[in-house]
Amino acid sequence: MIGIKADLTELELPEVYYSIGDYGSSTARWCPGCGAHAILASVQKLCREEQLPPEKTVFVSGIGCSSRFPHYMKTYGFHGLHGRALPVAEGVKFRRPDLDVFVITGDGDCCSIGAGHWIHAIRYNVNMVVLLFDNEIYGLTKKQTSPTSPVGTHSNTHPEGSFLPPINPIQSTLGFTNVSFVAQTADWHPAHLYSTIKKAHEHQGLSFVRILQRCPIWMKDGFTSCASEPKSLTLLDHSNGIELDDQVRKSFEQVIEHNPSDIDKAREFVELEDGSLPIGLFYQNEDAVRYDKYGAHNLNMPVNQRLDGLNEQLDKYAI
Amino acid sequence: METATNVEATPKNSTRKPIKISEAIVEIVSDSGEGAQKCGQSLGAISAKMGNGVWTVEIIPAEIQPPARSRAGASGIRVRIGSKKVTNMGDHAQLVVAFNEQVLFGRVTQRAYKPGTVLIIENKWANDPTEKIRNEYHEALTHFKEIGADVIEIPMEEECLKVVRDARKGKNMWVLGMLSFIYSRDKEKAENQIHRIFKKKGDKVILPNVELFRAGYQWAQANLDLHFEIPAMETDEEMVVMNGNEAISFGVMAAGIDVCSMYPITPATSASHHLAEAIHSVGGIVHQAEDEIAAIGFAIGSSYSGKTAVTITSGPGIALKTEFIGLAVMAEVPLVIVDVQRGGPSTGLPTKVEQGDLLAVLYGDPGDAPKVILAPSSIEECFHFVILARKLAESFRTPVFVLSDANLATGVSPFPRPKINEEWFALPIDQSPWKEGVRSYDWSDDTGLSQRPIPGMKDGMYTLTGLAHDEESHVAYDPAINQRSAEHRSRKIAALQQSLKVPKVNGDEEGDLLLIGWGSTKGAIEEAVEKARAAGYNVSNLHLHFLSPLEPGIKEIMQKFKKVVAVEINYSDVVGRPLITEENRRHSQLAFYLRAVTLIDIDSYSNVFGQPMSPMRIFRMIERTFKLYNKQKEENS
Repeated sequence: MIGIKADLTELELPEVYYSIGDYGSSTARWCPGCGAHAILASVQKLCREEQLPPEKTVFVSGIGCSSRFPHYMKTYGFHGLHGRALPVAEGVKFRRPDLDVFVITGDGDCCSIGAGHWIHAIRYNVNMVVLLFDNEIYGLTKKQTSPTSPVGTHSNTHPEGSFLPPINPIQSTLGFTNVSFVAQTADWHPAHLYSTIKKAHEHQGLSFVRILQRCPIWMKDGFTSCASEPKSLTLLDHSNGIELDDQVRKSFEQVIEHNPSDIDKAREFVELEDGSLPIGLFYQNEDAVRYDKYGAHNLNMPVNQRLDGLNEQLDKYAI
Repeated sequence: METATNVEATPKNSTRKPIKISEAIVEIVSDSGEGAQKCGQSLGAISAKMGNGVWTVEIIPAEIQPPARSRAGASGIRVRIGSKKVTNMGDHAQLVVAFNEQVLFGRVTQRAYKPGTVLIIENKWANDPTEKIRNEYHEALTHFKEIGADVIEIPMEEECLKVVRDARKGKNMWVLGMLSFIYSRDKEKAENQIHRIFKKKGDKVILPNVELFRAGYQWAQANLDLHFEIPAMETDEEMVVMNGNEAISFGVMAAGIDVCSMYPITPATSASHHLAEAIHSVGGIVHQAEDEIAAIGFAIGSSYSGKTAVTITSGPGIALKTEFIGLAVMAEVPLVIVDVQRGGPSTGLPTKVEQGDLLAVLYGDPGDAPKVILAPSSIEECFHFVILARKLAESFRTPVFVLSDANLATGVSPFPRPKINEEWFALPIDQSPWKEGVRSYDWSDDTGLSQRPIPGMKDGMYTLTGLAHDEESHVAYDPAINQRSAEHRSRKIAALQQSLKVPKVNGDEEGDLLLIGWGSTKGAIEEAVEKARAAGYNVSNLHLHFLSPLEPGIKEIMQKFKKVVAVEINYSDVVGRPLITEENRRHSQLAFYLRAVTLIDIDSYSNVFGQPMSPMRIFRMIERTFKLYNKQKEENS
């Protein structure tokens, strides 16, 4: 790149270069083997690759194992209430378009206690990245059934096995109005994980990424067992989808060609007949209405204009 | 105070002189959609322009369009006009204009009238083609006469039809004309007002309405024996007239608050309606969230990223927001929370007043969650307290509550036009680099205060958390940290308390009886106290504007009185009712709070009728209290 520039003085070289270490805070306290470690590594790599200024980057989370995430980032963070990360993140972004906002949430946080906010967050389509860490179980409160737990999950709230069919968060999200970006990836596939988060970050609008996440403590038979079985994943592939090296692409035994502009097909691929887990970009639409654009109206109005505006409003009430 | 009760008819002649009265309480009631409210608002505005004190309050049915001529469906307005400043809706109406007789029943049940109240009633129902209606009309009039009302039947519809084809649209302006004669309103100011309210609709609407006004005026002059004058104080001061919710909306804008995040709830929503219409002109925006919880979460997010936000709600909304309120306290997020209180618990009385959220706001959170609570006592204070609330929220890094209520929200009264000061506006978001060595919660041991890093500030990065945390916002694993941080959060409230002044007593600073109140009841309490003092009772009152922290010196003030009674609109037991004793009696909320804080045996005078406190009720309570007190004194001697 530098070779083709004749005049180097025109190059905008950054004053600082952030390394991975600049994004790391205290040592992550997740269990050994927890999928969250891999996601943290991928997100920190993204920050470095994109050179995101730590002071302009905000991680907002709810409550749960995954929601400890902001404490392990050396950026701004907001570790709030169970289920309520999305409204907080929308509020952070509304009048601060200059901030890069990420939401970290779990299957209990997003799909159970915070489900109302999930529907509306998709509809608001505020420009931010939402990472759903889906390990199909409540971890921090010690093994209760989550809305995504497969039927038959033995948990402390359903010792004889859960019996309600689980919510598929991808299926639900594809059904919400004004959806603009839906992808699925797996914590045990670092290349796909990284590329998916990168694509989500590039997307202008709310990017919803469900990350299939291992919980080796409470869900040994869930995604934890998939990780060692290459056939458990099927790649949804397209030139407009998640970018992968050819070598990585070739490592998938099952590949489905899927155009992410086709929402009907996307809905068909949510669950595959062979029972394998589809990963890739299900749907993307950059034309969806963006609420944060409405929110950024009239930012930083000059004081004089405010004074005039307010006095004009008061005139209407003068007698 | 001289009043217009027991109206004496004056002989009918065009040159007769009006009787001077110091105030009038007028009601105009109709079915929904007949324009009674527009008529009353105009009468209020004309009176305010003439320099009279005015308080108007709308009478609103529970439904949007209840069936016509239904007893509980009264829609209308009360207008209280005085020679001096008017601070509340007063007691019984002296004169009522009714578009049909049925809607009066609801007001009679609510004890809005008394013997001698003049009821001016549309007489067209007497000759209605439906027999049922004719019978209803005659029965109602007989009933009203029996209870002592002075009933006057008038041909409103007939007279209006002489001017316009559809009397339903226009009767209100004819009535405005009639009332303008009765109370000697300035005709020019009145006609200007009509031009003003129909300005958007143009001459083809303005001119017939002016005609109707004139017709009503002339008809009253020729046919009614009622003719009064309410002398006014002429003033050059510029005034504005609005209700408490509009004043809150203006307060939000004048505070430079950019973001109002709300969810619809009665009786708070109209504040957000006004903001939605006006805030664009000061560079702000209203966010209608998906629910009450999201509304405050969004506001907290906005505050966290540097734009202190406001959320406006009522009691049920506060209940839903409780967890987030705790987070804002714990993580020290500045935030303005307006609670326009209504009757509770549960859905309660959505359109009616109660001061029932004080203890919920003070103590509703699990754990210790100290916060700042302000209570405006007038419409003008609704404006100024929001400005104060934002300043306190940012200076003390804490949520600040503004407790208004349905009485202030719907009452309309003039006050001096605020001279907008740019110092009221929030400063632009501070994006200077964070000072090295300063921690994200660097609590001062003297005040508990600390500076707040805002996203965008270089080297200020921290993760806000609702978990117990240390000075660096790290999750606390050492229990001593929790004790220390709780102490510092509490100390902030003490630091604010130290900066407050001792409140002023209205009346003598020592004596027999002290009434103590907060919020919207101030006008009614003061009016009752003044009346009682004029009648020779040694009574004073103290009104609190800060509920947390409490203003200093309150205990010392109370100790100078033989008896203290809290007067407020919420529930308390009355000793002597079945099973209720001094021991098990449950006190009203302010009384409960002050008893705990001061160890003074404060009595409660409160009720949950859903009506504003009336000066007359408070006056009678004062009378009873002294009677009992004197009796006890006699018995003791």
